[in-house]
Amino acid sequence: MPETTAPIVFARSEGPIAVARPEGPIAVAGSEGPIAVAMSGGVDSSVVAGMLHVRGETVVGLTMQLWNQRRLPQLSGDRAPGDRPTGRCCSIEDVYDARHVAQSLGIPYYVVNFEQRFEDEVVKPFIGEYLAGRTPIPCTLCNNFIKFDQFLEMAEGVGATRIATGHYARIDFNPSSGRWELRRGVDHTKDQTYFLFGLTQDQLARALFPLGGMQKPEVRALARQLQIPTADKPDSQEICFVPNGDYAAFIDAYFDEQGISRQDLAGELVTADGQVVGEHSGVHHFTVGQRRGLRVAAAEPLYVISTEPATRRVIIGRNDELLRSKVHVNQVNWISIAPPSEAPPSQPLRAEVKIRNKHAASPATITPAGTGRIEICFDEPQRAVTPGQGAVFYSGDLVLGGGWIE
Amino acid sequence: MQRYYFDHNATTPVSPEVLQAMMPVLSEVYGNASSIHHYGQMARQRLDEARRQTASLLCAAPEEIVFTSGGTEADNLALLGFGREAHVITTTVEHPAVLAAAAQLASATYVPVDSRGLVDPDDIRRALRPDTKIISVIHANNELGALQPIEDIARIAQEAGVAFHSDGVQAAGKIGVDVNQLGVTLYSIAGHKLYAPKGVGALFVRKGTKLAPILHGGNHERNRRAGTENVPGAVALGCAAQWIIEHCPEESRRLETLRDHLEQSVLDRISGVHVNGGGAPRVCNTSNLRFDGIDTEPLLIALDLRGFAVSSGSACSSGASEPSHVLTAIGLTREQARSSLRISLGRANDLAQVDALVEALVGCVAHLRRIAPSKLAPAYA
Repeated sequence: MPETTAPIVFARSEGPIAVARPEGPIAVAGSEGPIAVAMSGGVDSSVVAGMLHVRGETVVGLTMQLWNQRRLPQLSGDRAPGDRPTGRCCSIEDVYDARHVAQSLGIPYYVVNFEQRFEDEVVKPFIGEYLAGRTPIPCTLCNNFIKFDQFLEMAEGVGATRIATGHYARIDFNPSSGRWELRRGVDHTKDQTYFLFGLTQDQLARALFPLGGMQKPEVRALARQLQIPTADKPDSQEICFVPNGDYAAFIDAYFDEQGISRQDLAGELVTADGQVVGEHSGVHHFTVGQRRGLRVAAAEPLYVISTEPATRRVIIGRNDELLRSKVHVNQVNWISIAPPSEAPPSQPLRAEVKIRNKHAASPATITPAGTGRIEICFDEPQRAVTPGQGAVFYSGDLVLGGGWIE
Repeated sequence: MQRYYFDHNATTPVSPEVLQAMMPVLSEVYGNASSIHHYGQMARQRLDEARRQTASLLCAAPEEIVFTSGGTEADNLALLGFGREAHVITTTVEHPAVLAAAAQLASATYVPVDSRGLVDPDDIRRALRPDTKIISVIHANNELGALQPIEDIARIAQEAGVAFHSDGVQAAGKIGVDVNQLGVTLYSIAGHKLYAPKGVGALFVRKGTKLAPILHGGNHERNRRAGTENVPGAVALGCAAQWIIEHCPEESRRLETLRDHLEQSVLDRISGVHVNGGGAPRVCNTSNLRFDGIDTEPLLIALDLRGFAVSSGSACSSGASEPSHVLTAIGLTREQARSSLRISLGRANDLAQVDALVEALVGCVAHLRRIAPSKLAPAYA
C-alpha cells in the first residue's frame, strides 16, 4: 500500500531551535540523575559509556537509528558480500556492536528511531544546499537538530538529566562570564569543535564530552582496559549516510528513489570571462576548489571557482583565482563569549578562523555586518572559501562562535 | 528493582505445569518418535497425547493437527500450501507472517478495515476472483485485540468453494475456539503465546484439504511437515492446551475485568487518552492506548527503566520502533500511531500490578508532556 509522500522541501531551518524550558533555570552539568550516552557502536562512544559506568554514574545507552541503509542499495555495490562496513553509522552491524558493548557493561540499552527527523533536518537540507551551489556540512546539521536537540529531548523524556557523546571537545563553565565555554579537544588531530559551532548555552549545559581531555591512543587503551568488545574497531568517517563519500552519487540515487527527474540539472562549464569549455550533469557534482572530474583540457591545472545554480553554470579557473580575503558569514552563533554589539566596535574582534574541517585556523579580523551576520577579513588570503561550509572562530583553543559561509 | 510484565501478546513465560510436563521428555523420553523401538514408541505415545490435547483446544480431530515450529511457519504453510499461482484475499491488519507469505503468491488482495479494525465480510465477497484459492483473516488482532467476524467470512468462503485460513495465534487461549463452529479450513496457533515455549506451534488442517508441504525431507506429520518431531515442544503445547481447556473461561473473565479497570483508570486520571479499536469486540487481555501529544518511544523506555514492560507495536530490524501498519490501517496518522502503546495482560498480572502501571503511566505521561510541549503539535505530518 503506497503511502502518499509529502512534497519535498529542500530548505535549511533557520538556526538551532530554541527549546522553551517552562520549569525555569537551566540544569547544570554535574547535577544528579541518569546520563544518556549516544552510542554509535564505535570505540569513542563505547568508551564514554564505559567510563561513566565505572565511575558509578547511572547510564542509559541509546543508539539513534538515523538512516535506513537498505535505502538506495545501488550505492552499496562497492562492498563485497559479507564485508563489514566501516565508517558508516546506522548499519545493522553498528547497532549490534553498540548493543554488545551495552550488554558487556550491563547497562540498559535502546535503539531510538530518528529516521524521519534525520531525513527532514539533515538529508533534505544537505541535498538542497548542493543544488543551491553550496557545499553543506551534514554533521553540523545533525549536531544542531538531532544529537543536541531531538536526542536531548529523548534523553529527558526517558528520565535522564544529561547526555554524553564521544565528541573530542571540552565544555567548561566560566563563573565570571556566566557562560558555558567550548574548547578544542586536547587531541587536535581528533578535535570536533568545527562541527559543534551551533551549540547553544542550554545544550552545552546538558552535555558531557568525557573524551575532550584525552588523546585518541589513550581512548583505545582505555577501551581495552575496560574490555570493550569493539576496542579495535576502525575509526569512522565524518559523513555517515553517504557510502564511500560520493555525495553526488548519493543525491542522484535519492532523486531516482523519489522519482525526481535529473534532466534539468545539466549545465555548462565556463571560464571567468564567459567562455564555454565543457558540460556537466549538475552543479551538485562540484565544490569550490575541486580539480577532479572537470574533463577540460588546458595548459595549466583548472579548478572550480564557483557554481551558479540559477544559470546552472560552473565557473572554472586557475588556482590563484581561488584566493579570497573577505568572507561573509550568517546565522552566527556565539558560544564562549557574549554576542558582540552590532554597532561598530571600538576595538575589532581578532580571532583565528577555520573555514573547513581540515583548514588550519588563520588569523582574521571580525566585524559586524547586520543581524546575525559578520564579515571576516583574513590577514592572508585563503584558498577555496566555500559557501555552505562553516566558519568557526577560535581564540587559541577557545571556540568563540561560528556561522555559515555565504 | 521490581519488574512487571505487560507484554503477553509478544510472548508468555513457560508455565510451571508446562515446564514440568516437558522436562522428562527432554531428558528421559528422548527417542525419535518415528523409530520402531521402545524409545521411539515412548516418544510417539507422548506425541500422540499432545496431538489429542492440542486438537481438543480447537475442537478438532487429532489427525487435523500439524505441529510446526511456530505461528509463522503455520501461517506460511497455510498460504503457500495451495501453490504459488494462487490469488489470496487477506486484510490490511494481518501479522507480517501472513502479509509476507501472501506477497509470495501470484496475486493478493488486501481488504481494508474500519476504524475499529474490523473487516466487512461483504468486502471479502467482492474481492473474490475465479483464481482465488484462499482467504486469510486474522482471528484476534495482535495489536488491537479486535475479533473479526470469522463465521460470516467462513460462509462466504464455503459458498465460493475457497479455503479459509485464520491466524488464531492471539485468539486461542483467550476465547474459546471451535474450528467447526467458526467454519475455517485452516487455523494457526503458537505455543509461546499460550505459556508453552518458543519453537512450537500448530496448524489445524481440515480433513480432506489438499495442502502441499513447504518443508521437504520425510514423511512426518502425514507428509505435511518434514522434520523430526519436536516431541518436547508438542508435549508443552499439549499441556498448555489442557490448562486452557480447564481454566480459560474464568481466567479470561479475570483478565477482562483487569483490562477494563486499567482502561478506566487511565481514562480517569490522564487527559487526552483514547482506546484504539475500543469499539470493537476484543479479546480479554489487550489494550491499545493513544496519548495525545506523546511520542511513545521515550514513554516505552521510561516505563521500562521503571520496571514496566509494555509495547509500542512493531519494531524494525535494529530494534527501533516503527509506526504500526495496523494502526495506520485503522486510519490513524503516523503521528497518532507513534503516540500509541499496547498493554497486554496475562496470568501473572493482578490488580496491584495494574494499579502500579497506571501510577507509572500518570507520572511518565505528565513528565513527557511537560518537557516536550512542542510535540502537542504534530511533528511528523
